[in-house]
Amino acid sequence: MTTTIDPPERRETAVDKLRNGRAAVADRWHHAPRWVRWVLLAAVIVFFYALPNKEFYQYLGPIPTPGANFTQVLFTVSIYVLLAVGLNIVVGFAGLLDLGYFGFFAVGAYTVAVLTSPSSNLKTLWPWLLVVPIAIALTMVSGVMLGTPTLRLRGDYLALVTLGFAEMIRIAAVSSTFLKGQRGFSEIPHPPGKYADGRPFFGVLDARPYYWLVLTLIILVVIGVRNLTHSRVGRAWISIREDEDAAQLMGVPTFKFKLWAFASGAAIAGLAGALFAGKQNFVNSQNFELLNSIIILAAVIFGGSGNIVGAIVGGGLVAYMIERFRGIELFGIELYEYRFLFFGLVLVIMMIFRPQGLIPNRRRAAEFKDRRKEVIVGE
Amino acid sequence: MLLEIEDVSLLYGRIQALHGISLTVDEGEIVALIGANGAGKSTTMRAISGIRPVATGSIKFAGEDITKLRADLRVRRGLCQAPEGRGIFPGMSVLENLDMGAYTRRDKAGIAQDLARVLDLFPRLAERRKQAGGTLSGGEQQMLAVGRALMSRPKLLLLDEPSMGLAPMLIQQIFTIITEINQQGTTVLLVEQNAQQALARAHRAYVLETGRIVKSGTGAELLHDPSVKEAYLGVA
Ligand SMILES: Nc1ncnc2c1ncn2[C@@H]1O[C@H](COP(=O)(O)OP(=O)(O)OP(=O)(O)O)[C@@H](O)[C@H]1O
Ligand SMILES: [Mg+2]
Repeated sequence: MTTTIDPPERRETAVDKLRNGRAAVADRWHHAPRWVRWVLLAAVIVFFYALPNKEFYQYLGPIPTPGANFTQVLFTVSIYVLLAVGLNIVVGFAGLLDLGYFGFFAVGAYTVAVLTSPSSNLKTLWPWLLVVPIAIALTMVSGVMLGTPTLRLRGDYLALVTLGFAEMIRIAAVSSTFLKGQRGFSEIPHPPGKYADGRPFFGVLDARPYYWLVLTLIILVVIGVRNLTHSRVGRAWISIREDEDAAQLMGVPTFKFKLWAFASGAAIAGLAGALFAGKQNFVNSQNFELLNSIIILAAVIFGGSGNIVGAIVGGGLVAYMIERFRGIELFGIELYEYRFLFFGLVLVIMMIFRPQGLIPNRRRAAEFKDRRKEVIVGE
Repeated sequence: MLLEIEDVSLLYGRIQALHGISLTVDEGEIVALIGANGAGKSTTMRAISGIRPVATGSIKFAGEDITKLRADLRVRRGLCQAPEGRGIFPGMSVLENLDMGAYTRRDKAGIAQDLARVLDLFPRLAERRKQAGGTLSGGEQQMLAVGRALMSRPKLLLLDEPSMGLAPMLIQQIFTIITEINQQGTTVLLVEQNAQQALARAHRAYVLETGRIVKSGTGAELLHDPSVKEAYLGVA
């Protein structure tokens, strides 16, 4: 007597459908003519420039946040996107685990605060614009100082050292008299610029100009990063991420390139910190919790580490979702209180079903793929 | 003398893996390094390519003392290793992997020429040029690792067990290719478990035992040495 066992037919699950749907979209995007892509890209950019105007967003249904000023939220989101783009260079391209990325943001913000605010002991009172390059340079230097001893070592040292660094900065902010702790720095000047009628462009109430400024800088940074990743530098970073020993055996000066990635990531965080300080007018020790570093790292991984678009989407979605919970009540419970519970839940689900992130890098996808499913990497 | 290693010792923490080994490779030679598992063959390769610092001793390459030189700069001097366990870049396509081999070079024409040569040596790689490295079969990855090392146009090619995990037919093929590469002008230092093949192809060979060189001679000499026969060739 023989029995034949049919292989159980694999039913298409919802996850598969979602995956295939996304793949189809990505496929169409890659095969669309050049001009179509440009037009779509332009439309997306125009959309985001228009987004903070009430005349526009009031038609967007549930998108505006009920519990918070939507323009303010957009500014916060844009800062997170900038940070995600920066951290993506470190984590996504070079494969370095940086757990204290927000520390560099703090260095940028405090540099601006100390050099511009009247509450500062230095009393330099320099204008904001002059201090921005100084803030970027200082964060870059702190990145190099932190990276030089640690990047020579392998493994988890970097994660630990960066974690310690961010905590050091935070504790210094809380307890040093020079950094003013809770009392903080007030009257930090805004960026320069006036409307035709003489009103300052960057004021106290309207968050839109700040958002537009950050958005513009994001676009510039993304163009820069993109060019970098398509150059020898980008190839070196990817090779280090994939196999550091092999990269070295191919003649890649791995230490130099890791330091480069680390320092450029830090510089971008410094820029974000300077922008934050310029908008906020006030900086104190409460702005720099460890949790922020974790959120950005999670956002990068969530979006698809190693992919610029992934980092943008990840940073944007995560920051937005957290704000979106504000002001929503369910059974008398303020959901905002539980935002990190949901955040954690989403991350866990994500890591089970799509560990490479929402919009993964093509190579990363291949690094994750198993040999049985053949993949073809494009040129 | 293209490569001259003198009295090199190497430590992994407190474990001493090499106890003062000396060996030389002359221009145009194929030199084989054979020994049992854990004898220190890969460690010797790591010392030469600079992935691991040596504790004592000196390494000279093309007349220059490179004992303290960084690994990536050694590649620029013309020393390239195809690492054990293949070490190819899993997310890069075959072509991108080969391209990484030429990372230190800027002569576009020369690179194109070498790419054609490598694809000619390994037609399998040509067929799979766009496939991700990590999805290649073990044997294909092995070929890719050798091809990639060739792309740096090395003066000295270091091969760590190029035949590992290959089917008998492919082993034959890879050794034929090594001989071919050598005849085209590349000096080769070869680590092998497959002592029979390695000794038959090599001009000279060294036998490594627990971090020490215990025998050396021409390939033919060692092939007929009774103790080598017994220990490494599986004949009594
Ligand atoms: N990273 C390391 N840390 C500690 N010990 C190591 C390390 N790498 C190798 N060793 C030890 O050094 C010795 C030599 O190892 P090596 O890899 O050079 O052997 P091998 O001759 O290449 O062996 P095989 O034929 O199995 O590849 C072994 O005893 C090994 O356990
Ligand atoms: Mg070995």
